[in-house]
Amino acid sequence: MTKTPHISVQHLNVHIGDQHILKDISINIRDKKVTSIIGPSGCGKTTLLKSFNRLLDNTPDVKITGKVLVDGEDIYDPNAEVTHIRKKMGLLSQRPYPLPMSIYDNVAYGPRIHGLRKKPALDELVEEQLKATGLWNEVKDRLNTSASRLSIGQQQRLCLARGLAVGPEIILGDESTSALDPLSTSIIEDLFISLKEKYSIVLVTHILRQARRVSDYIIFVYMGRIVEFGPTEEVLLNPKEELTQEYVKGFIS
Amino acid sequence: MKRRKFEELFFRVLMILATVIVAGSFFVIVGTIFIKGFRYMNLDMITKTPGGGFYIGKEGGVLNAIVGSAYVAGGATLLGLLISIPVAIFINLYMNGKKLWPNVLRLCYDVLFGIPSIVYGAFGFLIMVYFGLRASLLGGIIAVTLLVIPIMVRALDEVIRTVPGELRDAALSLGATRWEMAKVVLRQIRPGILTAILLSFGRAIGDVASVLFTAGFSDNVPTSLHQPAATLPLAIFFQLGSAVDEVQGRGYASALILTIIVLIITILSGILSKKFSKYKV
Repeated sequence: MTKTPHISVQHLNVHIGDQHILKDISINIRDKKVTSIIGPSGCGKTTLLKSFNRLLDNTPDVKITGKVLVDGEDIYDPNAEVTHIRKKMGLLSQRPYPLPMSIYDNVAYGPRIHGLRKKPALDELVEEQLKATGLWNEVKDRLNTSASRLSIGQQQRLCLARGLAVGPEIILGDESTSALDPLSTSIIEDLFISLKEKYSIVLVTHILRQARRVSDYIIFVYMGRIVEFGPTEEVLLNPKEELTQEYVKGFIS
Repeated sequence: MKRRKFEELFFRVLMILATVIVAGSFFVIVGTIFIKGFRYMNLDMITKTPGGGFYIGKEGGVLNAIVGSAYVAGGATLLGLLISIPVAIFINLYMNGKKLWPNVLRLCYDVLFGIPSIVYGAFGFLIMVYFGLRASLLGGIIAVTLLVIPIMVRALDEVIRTVPGELRDAALSLGATRWEMAKVVLRQIRPGILTAILLSFGRAIGDVASVLFTAGFSDNVPTSLHQPAATLPLAIFFQLGSAVDEVQGRGYASALILTIIVLIITILSGILSKKFSKYKV
């Protein structure tokens, strides 16, 4: 690898209360690729994802050691500016949570808090991001209506557009399709595949077929440790570790 | 089989009875006040201050008390809101990395919630004595503010807790600061804020004990914060205590006015909270 990756994790340990959730995680996330984190429920997938943009900060009794380097900057450094780090990453959660505002304001919210005030520039940005997520034609006539009136699949694409509007380099998806119907799911999956040209994407998923469809790399996490990391086909079809084999075959879940 | 059917019937009857008691008492109370007070209701009641004769209230109306109550309850609600919103936000959105302190604070306001209003009245009175204030509108507002703060904080705290953590994460992950995230949360809970205002205003306008020593009583509409102010509950208390039938009747008319004010606010808040929840997720 010639340049430093966007996200590089070094000896990350996360404790919540007296539970050791993540154990000595070290990994370099590949740029401009889709990486899926798979593993059984409660193994620490989501915790790992949330450690990338410091969303764990608000968890009671959390203790984090080790380093997460984003563009070479240690985000857990006490002097790190947290809003600046989070701006680099768009998060797509399990269910869409549109902000309590209109469709337009949802997309414009991020740029606005970061200082973009000019209406023409905002208009352009909103249109661009809604087009990028394929929502523009569906909502262009009702930009000022409430975002909560959209269907859940549309809301999820709106949330993606909202995240893209702040100009991130990385997209984090936390089981982003688990609340969606099959059609919306495939729209979101296709979006991930097309967006990897511009963004590095990390997804948490418990659906192996989805991991296979969309991702280039797979991280298999079990009991808070990374068991295996490699290209998708290799991990799913020809796993090196016995644990991965068992998980892929469905023996452990 | 028979036992199950009987059980079903028994609890159904129980529920219907309970519902009838609740709905019935509403109509009986409003009806009683209406029957006893309506005869004495006239335009003078709400447009004039009390005239002379029979100690208080042979002539004129209770404009002094209506305006006084509106000032006290409105001022206390406003002041209470200015204190309660920051507290509720701080407990929920700024202290959520900790477990102990939010619960200590919650215990504090729960205890305050249970303190009878006469104690707030007495406490407000002590503060006034300390600062050399006399019974006045300001004193009443301070005492009633103390009374409504726990009600408001509790209502706001409960509604903020219903906001999903993911919504907060959504704002934060867009690079929002905590305060910017808090503003999103406040937007989300606007109907809840309205409910808190309504609850507090309703409690504030109906409370006697807290204004007894602090706001005093006056036959005139107060024109400054330092003048004593009449309040509707106290006016009702004085009027009902009169030996004269007519003044007693006016007491029921005053009670009718108070009930109507609370009713209007309740209905208004229902309409407004629908309007405000337009963008709610």
